[in-house]
Amino acid sequence: MANAGNTTGLVLDAAGMVQGRSLWADARRRLMRNKAAVASMIILSVIALLAVFAPWLSPHAYDEVYWERIQAPPDFAAAHWFGTDGNGRDMFVRTLYGARVSLMVGILATTVSLLIGVTWGAVAGFAGGRTDNLMMRFVDIMYSLPFMFFVILLMVIFGRNIFMIFIALGAVEWLTMARIVRGQTLSIKHKEFIEAAHASGVSGARIVTRHIIPNALGPVIVYVTLTVPQVILVESFISFLGLGVQEPLTSWGVLISEGARQMETAPWMLVFPATFLAATLFCLNFIGDGLRDALDPHDR
Amino acid sequence: MQTLISITRRTVLFTALAVTFALAGPAGAEKILRVANFGEPESLDPHKVSGVWTHRVLRDIFMGLTTEGQGGETIAGAAESWTVSADGTVYTFKIRDHVWSDGKPVTADDFVYSFRRILLPETAAEYASLMYPMKNAEAINTGKAAAETLGARAIDARTLEVTLRAPTPYFLTQLTHYTAWPVPKHVVEKHGDAWNKPGTIVGNGPYLLEEWVPSTHVKLVRNPKFYDAGSVKIDRVVYYPGEDRVAGQKRFRAGEVEIATDFSSDQIDWLHKNLPKETRIAPYLGIYYYPINTTKAPFNDKRIRQAMSLAINREAITNKVLKSGEIPAYSFVPPGTPNYASGPSYMQWKGISYKERLAQANKLMSEAGYGPDNPLKFTLSYNTSENHKRIAIAVAAMWKQIGVQAELFNSEVKVHYDALKSGDFQVARAGWVADYPDPQNFLFLLESKSGSSLNYGRYDNNEFNSLMDKAGVTSDLDARAMLMAKAEAQAMEDQPVIPIYYYVSKNLVSQRIVGWVDNARDSHPVRFLDLK
Amino acid sequence: MLAYALRRLLVAVPTLFIIVTIAFFMIRIAPGGPFDRERAIPPEIEKNILAAYDLDLPLWQQYLKYVGGVLQGDFGPSYKYRDFTVLDLIASGLPASLQLGGIAIVLAVLFGITAGTFAALSQNSRYDYLIMAGAMTGIAIPNFVMAPLLTLVFGVYLSLLPVAGWGDGALANKILPVIALALPQIAYIARLTRGSMIETLSQNYVRTARAKGLRERIVIVRHALRGALLPVVSYLGPATAQIITGSVVIETIFDFPGIGRHFVQGALNRDYTVVMGVMIFYATLIILFNLLVDLAYALLDPKVKYEQR
Repeated sequence: MANAGNTTGLVLDAAGMVQGRSLWADARRRLMRNKAAVASMIILSVIALLAVFAPWLSPHAYDEVYWERIQAPPDFAAAHWFGTDGNGRDMFVRTLYGARVSLMVGILATTVSLLIGVTWGAVAGFAGGRTDNLMMRFVDIMYSLPFMFFVILLMVIFGRNIFMIFIALGAVEWLTMARIVRGQTLSIKHKEFIEAAHASGVSGARIVTRHIIPNALGPVIVYVTLTVPQVILVESFISFLGLGVQEPLTSWGVLISEGARQMETAPWMLVFPATFLAATLFCLNFIGDGLRDALDPHDR
Repeated sequence: MQTLISITRRTVLFTALAVTFALAGPAGAEKILRVANFGEPESLDPHKVSGVWTHRVLRDIFMGLTTEGQGGETIAGAAESWTVSADGTVYTFKIRDHVWSDGKPVTADDFVYSFRRILLPETAAEYASLMYPMKNAEAINTGKAAAETLGARAIDARTLEVTLRAPTPYFLTQLTHYTAWPVPKHVVEKHGDAWNKPGTIVGNGPYLLEEWVPSTHVKLVRNPKFYDAGSVKIDRVVYYPGEDRVAGQKRFRAGEVEIATDFSSDQIDWLHKNLPKETRIAPYLGIYYYPINTTKAPFNDKRIRQAMSLAINREAITNKVLKSGEIPAYSFVPPGTPNYASGPSYMQWKGISYKERLAQANKLMSEAGYGPDNPLKFTLSYNTSENHKRIAIAVAAMWKQIGVQAELFNSEVKVHYDALKSGDFQVARAGWVADYPDPQNFLFLLESKSGSSLNYGRYDNNEFNSLMDKAGVTSDLDARAMLMAKAEAQAMEDQPVIPIYYYVSKNLVSQRIVGWVDNARDSHPVRFLDLK
Repeated sequence: MLAYALRRLLVAVPTLFIIVTIAFFMIRIAPGGPFDRERAIPPEIEKNILAAYDLDLPLWQQYLKYVGGVLQGDFGPSYKYRDFTVLDLIASGLPASLQLGGIAIVLAVLFGITAGTFAALSQNSRYDYLIMAGAMTGIAIPNFVMAPLLTLVFGVYLSLLPVAGWGDGALANKILPVIALALPQIAYIARLTRGSMIETLSQNYVRTARAKGLRERIVIVRHALRGALLPVVSYLGPATAQIITGSVVIETIFDFPGIGRHFVQGALNRDYTVVMGVMIFYATLIILFNLLVDLAYALLDPKVKYEQR
C-alpha cells in the first residue's frame, strides 16, 4: 500500500488545464459508444416526450370520470390502453401525467441534493478538523429531525406549492450524499497529487473543484441513481400528508401505492405505472454507469 | 380441535400459533377466537378511551348496568332489574348479585364511585360528556360542583338510584357505553393509575386480561367468576391491533384470524366473488356528509347549498364507487334510528329523478348568479383516505355539470379536523357514528349552542335551535320525535350539510363462527359467540 | 484515534441537546394536537385533558419540564396510549426492531457486498448485467408493493409462512419482514459496491499488487475491497440507524411490534412525547453509527487521519 499513489488527478488536471474541451468531447464519445447508455437515453427521452405530449396522445382527459367503466381492464375499443382506475379515469393518461410530476420531482430534488451534498461533503472533508466536525454534526442533526415535521415546517413558512416538494425532498436527501463525498474526500486529500497541488500553491477552493470533486464522482453518480427512486417514492408519502400533489393530478408514487392495494383485483392499476417507474430507473442506472465509465480516465 | 386443523394446513414447524397453542394448556378443548381489531386500545381504563376497537376489547372485561345482547339490543347487565319514575328522571337499579374477578362483590357504591370518577376533571376523560344527562354531571366535569353532588347514590349495597337532569329516553342504552361502566373501587384506590395492568386489573365481564403487548396483541381468558360463565363458550380471545385493512383481509384468508372487524371498500368486488358467505355487511347508525361553511360567501346563500346537494348523484356513489351496500342518504338521521317515530325527514326532492334534480340545481345556480360563464370555484377538503378521495373525485365530477369547479384538497386527519374546528374550510368531508341510538345524537351536531364545536359549518337557525331545545325537555317520546323531525326538516331545507350516504358495518366472519347476528350497532359480544 | 472517538462522544451530548430543542418546537408548529380527534371534544373536557398533561402551560415551561424529565430518564407518557409511557412503548418495540433490523442489515451487507464485488469483477459480462438488473428491480419495487406481494404469495397462495403478526417471536413470522426489509438494502449496497469496486480495481495500487503476483483473492479482499468499501460504509451509517429504528410500512403490513411505526404514527397522532422519544433514540443511533463509520474510514484507508486540532 506504500506505493499506492494515484495519478488520476494529475492526468485529469493536466487534461483539464491543457485541453479541457477535448476531455469532455472524449467523455461524450465514450458515452456514445456505450450501447446500454445510448439505448437508455432513447427510452428515457421517449418517456419524457410521452409525458410532455400526454394530452394529445389519448382521447381521454386525465380527470374525466367514466361512470360505466370503473376499474375496467385494458380495453382497446374504448381506447383505455392501460385500463381505468377506481373512479373510472383512464390509466394511460394518468400514468403519463404522473410521469410529469415524478420526473420533475426526481430531477429537481436530486439536483438540489447533489449540489448541496457534494459541496457540503467536499468542503467538510477537505477542511477537516473543527470545520469538518461542525459541518458533520449539522448533518447528524438534520438526519435526526423528524422528516414529516420538517416538511410541515417548510409548508408553514413558505405556503403550499409544488416547488416545496422539491425543496423539502432535496433538503433531506443531500445528507447521505454529503457523507459519501466527505468519506471520499478524506481518502483522496492525502494523496500525492493533492499534496503536489498544495505545494505548488493552488488555492483550496480550486483544489476542491478541480481535484477532489472529480475524483469522488464515481460513487456520487451511483448514489444519484439511487436517490432518484427514493425521491419519487417519498413524494407519495408527502402527498399522503396532503403536502404533495393534489387530485386530480397524480404522480407515479401515488398511482403505485393505489395500485398496490388492488394488486389482485385490478393488476393493471399497479403494473403500468410500476413498469414506467422501473423502466426509468433502469435507464438512469445504465446512463449513470455509462457516465461514470466515460468520465473515468483509467478505463480504455 | 378446529384450531389444530386450521394450523396443520401449513407447516406446523413454522407456525407461531402452534407455540401459542402448545402453551395454552390441555390440547383439543381450548377454543381461541382471533380478531383483527384494526386499532390499539388507547387504554384498558374504560374512563380513558374513545375508539370502537377499544370498546370491543373492554366489552369483554367490563359490564355496565345494562349491556349489549347478542344482536346489539340493550339487555340487563350488572343490574338485574330497574324502575323508572313517572317523569322519567329517576332510575332505580337493582344490582345483580355478582362479583368482581377477584371475588369481591360488585356494589352500588362501585357505580357511584365510577360515575364520579369519570366526571372528575383530573381523570381527563375524553368522553365524559356522554354522562351529562345525569344531574350535575356537567357542572362536576367543568369543575363547578363537587363530585358528591352527582345525581347518583347507593341506597344500599345492591340498590342504585340515578337522577337525570331531564328525561332521557336513550338513557338505558347509553348505560351500555363504556363511559357508564363500573371500575372496581377497591382496586383503583389501592393501585392508582396502575390498576389496569395485567395482574392487577379486575373486571366484572366475561373475560379477564391475560396479556397486553403494545402493537402485538391483547389476550383475554375466560373469567370463571363471571355471573353467566356457564354460557360463555370461547375460552380465549386474541385481538390484533394492526391497522392495515388489506393486510387484515389477507390474515383472514390465511386463517390467522376468525373475525376481521372491517375491510376496505375497494376490495368489495373481490370479496363478493371469493368470500360471499364471510363478507357481512349491515346498516350502521352513521352518516357520511359534507358540511358547508355557511358563514362564508357565497355559501351563506341557501340556493347554492341546495344546488350543490341536488347535483350529487348519491346512487352513483353508493352503487358504482363504494359498492359495499352503503345506502344513499337523503336525511341527516339514518332511518332505523330508535325513538324517531315517523322516521327521518327527507329532503323534499328525494322522489324526483336525477335529471330533474340537475335542472333544478342549474336553475338555482343561475338565480344565485352563477353559471357556465361564471363558474363557482371553491375548495373541497377531505382527510387522506382512499374512500374519501374516490368520493371527492366523483362529487367534483358531478358538480361540473352545474358549473361548479371544486378544487380537491386532502390533508392528514389532524390538519383536516383542525381546519374544520376553526372554520377554516369551504366545503369538507365529515362523518358521524352514533354514540347512542337516538336522533338527538345526530341533530345536536347542527345546534349553534356555544361549545358545539362539532357544528363545523356554523349552522345557526333559530327555528332549528328552538325546536331542539324544546325536544330536550319533552318526556313524551312521540312529541319529542315530532319536534326533532320538524327540526331535521328545517335543516334539510337549509342544507348546511350535504348528507351523502348512511354507513354500513363491514366484517369478515369465518364460517366457523356461530351466533353472529348482523345489527345496526355492529355489536357482537364474544360471550354470545361460539366456534365450530 | 481513541482520543478522537472520545471527543466525538463528548460532542454528542450538545448535538443531542440541539436536536431535542429544535424538534420540540418544530413539532408544535404542526396544526392539530394530540387530543384533536375526528370527533371533537367539548372545550371544557379538552381543558381538563390538557391540564392533566401540562399541555396548557406556556410552551417554554413545557420545554423545560420535558428536558428536565429526560435528564432524569423520564420521557413522559404517551398521549395516545394512555396506559403506557414512552419508555414502555420503546422497550416493547425494541426487541422486534433490533432483531428484524439487525438480521436485515447483516444480510444486506453480506449479500450486497458479495453481489456487488462479483458484478464488478465480471464487469459488463452477462453476470454483471444479471446482478445489476436484479438489484435495480429491488430498488424499483417499493416496499409497499414488495411486502404485500410477499404475503400474498407465501402467506395466502402457498400457505408456507404466516401472513402477519409477531407470533410470540417465532422464526417463521420474521422471515418475510426480514426479506422485505433486506431486499432494497441488498440492492443499494450491491450498486454502491460495484461502482466503487470498478474504480478501485483500476487504481495503481491494485495493479501493483497484481503485478507482484499476489493471489487474485488476496488482491481483491485485502486491497481492492478495502478501498472500495468507503462509499458503502458512508451509506451504511445512517442506513443502519434507519433500519434498526424500523420501517412503518413493513411494521404495518406485517403487523409487527417495532418502534418505527411510533415515529410516523406518533407524528400523525401528534403524540409529541412518543415522537420525541423515538427521535432521541434514532438520533443517538445516527450519531453512534456515523462515529463508527468515521472510525472505519481510518481502518479501511490508512491515509485517512483525524488530526488533532
